[in-house]
Amino acid sequence: MKTTAWMLAGAAALALGTAAQADTVRIGIAAEPYPPFTSPDAAGNWQGWEIDIINAICEAAELDCEIVPTSWDGIIPALLGQQIDAIMNSMSITEDRMQVIDFSDPYYNTPTVIVAPKDIDITPTPGGLAGRVLGVQVATIHQTYAQEYFEGDTTLRIYQTQDEANQDLYAGRIDATQADSLAMEAFLESAEGQCCEIKGAVEHDERILGAGVGAGIRKEDTELKEAINRGLAQILEDGTYDAISEQYFTVSIYGN
Amino acid sequence: MIDALIEALGLGRTVELLALSPPGWGGNLLRGLVASIQIALGAFAMGLVIGLFGAWGKLYGGPVTRDLLAVYTTVVRAVPELVLILILYYAGTDLLNRALMAVGYGRVELSGVVAGIGVLGIVQGAYATEVLRGAIQAVPAGQVEAGRAFGMPALMLMRRIVLPAMLPFAIPGLANLWLIATKDTALLAVVGFAELTLETRQAAAATRHYFTFFLAAGALYLTVTLISARLFGRLERWARRGEPDVAGAR
Amino acid sequence: MMRAGRPAMRFRPPPLGEFLRPHRVVMLLILLGIVAWCALNLRWHWLPRYSDLALQGLWRTIWLLALSCFLGFLLAVPLGLAQAVGPRVLAVPARAFCTVIRGTPLLLQLWLIYFGLGSLFPQYPWIRESELWPYLREAWPYALLALTISFAGYEGEVMRGAFKSVPRGQLEAARAMGMPRLTLFRRVWLPQAVQRALPTLGGETVLQLKGTPLVATITVVDIYAVTARVRQDTFIIYEPLLLLTVVYLMIAGLIVLFFRWLEGRIPQRLG
Repeated sequence: MKTTAWMLAGAAALALGTAAQADTVRIGIAAEPYPPFTSPDAAGNWQGWEIDIINAICEAAELDCEIVPTSWDGIIPALLGQQIDAIMNSMSITEDRMQVIDFSDPYYNTPTVIVAPKDIDITPTPGGLAGRVLGVQVATIHQTYAQEYFEGDTTLRIYQTQDEANQDLYAGRIDATQADSLAMEAFLESAEGQCCEIKGAVEHDERILGAGVGAGIRKEDTELKEAINRGLAQILEDGTYDAISEQYFTVSIYGN
Repeated sequence: MIDALIEALGLGRTVELLALSPPGWGGNLLRGLVASIQIALGAFAMGLVIGLFGAWGKLYGGPVTRDLLAVYTTVVRAVPELVLILILYYAGTDLLNRALMAVGYGRVELSGVVAGIGVLGIVQGAYATEVLRGAIQAVPAGQVEAGRAFGMPALMLMRRIVLPAMLPFAIPGLANLWLIATKDTALLAVVGFAELTLETRQAAAATRHYFTFFLAAGALYLTVTLISARLFGRLERWARRGEPDVAGAR
Repeated sequence: MMRAGRPAMRFRPPPLGEFLRPHRVVMLLILLGIVAWCALNLRWHWLPRYSDLALQGLWRTIWLLALSCFLGFLLAVPLGLAQAVGPRVLAVPARAFCTVIRGTPLLLQLWLIYFGLGSLFPQYPWIRESELWPYLREAWPYALLALTISFAGYEGEVMRGAFKSVPRGQLEAARAMGMPRLTLFRRVWLPQAVQRALPTLGGETVLQLKGTPLVATITVVDIYAVTARVRQDTFIIYEPLLLLTVVYLMIAGLIVLFFRWLEGRIPQRLG
């Protein structure tokens, strides 16, 4: 039984050793890649526009941040269950989400588009998508929007990641996908993405699509919210934000 | 020689993708494998401890203990691990912290590894309870009675007589549990824990070589399974040392 | 080498009179109290809105389970037979198949089949022209395939043992009577092997049930996916999961009852 004792000791040591310090701010991002915002490289490091922005904001606000990947599907439960302290992963500020969590000021805002194969005639309207199969990522504004506007005449397929929806678009198992225009840019530039093109932006609905992307925070964490807002304001002002954005995008993504 | 063979089979791209250092993703897969094994080991150990107490409770506990344990083993064995993981992962941390606060301790922060071990450990515990209960029952009653007759306290009885005597009966079942533990770690991918399956999914999505990476991960899991099977086989022979060779008996 | 099947599980509750002992009555009352508390204090207002979707999801879970177990069992018979008595050419691949299936996680198999195969489609344009394409576009055929293969892998191992455990004397007797080989298999060998495998079949089916929610990750809308959707739409986390737990418990209970009934119908006369 010695082995068991050793294993137990090991597990106990592990439990103590990995318990994080209480004063670090754990920024939750989805463990599923979401290029060009967050994606792991082959060395296992997370990189992308949003990672750079997170680091810049934390530095400006003098926060000790740690990036914690968790499942996108359960990222709000993880925030509420205190496994993370903030969500910074292209989460749009919507009324629905505001009922359970709070948001910082928005840090980017881009249109929502429908992407489909070039040889299929699709318009980004309920009529134009009737009879088609539309893929969306789970737990996104796109899922909510598609359920509200397209479901019924259009068959919805819910994917765990946008990458998998893109893959199925390429494979031909779905006719179209609805997603953020910037997130689709990287796909459309890849070899697989040559199959498809942007068919246009969907009609805006502020209630569902929200007013830009912000950092999700627990409602009672007003101090953290203020710190993030302060950091964001500073990097917007001193040009760090633009400097980072230029590395990834050709157009401004801050929105109006 | 090997290079030529790889070239001839058209595997150049695969080798490149699976290289251990970036830009190959092999290192990520191995890191994931280590995380998987770490969690499987922890969960297996935790399951053994729960199972030991559970089996003891089911055999010698009072009627209430026995019924509660029956509820535990039945629920865990009938409800999908994925659902249990979601419940325990999200609600478990919350409840644990509330309980700690209630008794006056500060809150703890559980890392993904610890939460994963905890969740899978509880699942493993239910199966281990059944395996160990069966094994303890298979120990001849006379041996336990002899121990009691010598006035051995319960704990010593367990350590000196019941545990060593039941080991040969328990090992095949425990070996299965270990294999289940290694495979169940894959479910943690769904809650976003970076074990082998999630690392594979990330690598596959980033490179769009789904086939290559899923096959590679399959090979890694299979290697772990086959090696463990060997080790457990050896362990069983060791536990059975000194036993008369009863042909046909199982 | 050690055989690694999953642990068999069987429930054998005592008769009712024996069941309702005083402490059990108290425990049942506590359980009722908890259920009542949950019903009154937790949020269930979403239920009517999603009941249709939930029923469709439940139906999908059940037929995926039933069909994959049935097809998987049909596959398991030749797999078991090949391993038990087949020539090496058949026995080795059959054994390799079972080892690989049982040595890798179902989630990985599912993703390999769905995304792996999917990534090959664009290279072969004729696939899109074929008559199977409407089915290949859907997600459920892949789910069914993965679940069937998985069940066949585990049950193939069980059938191997079952075929081997049929007493040789019976087979020799049948052969001595001049029974053709196919009749012998159909009348004597297979029924006895199935009878021996039956007690584990219930447990294996429950284990298969526990594998079904994984199909939600490849966009099949089963009962688990419906709960996930409720969580996304309403941000209510625990209540749908709680209900889901009860649903799976009930399905598992029904499976166990069904197999007990099946076992009861088959006369127990083992040689």
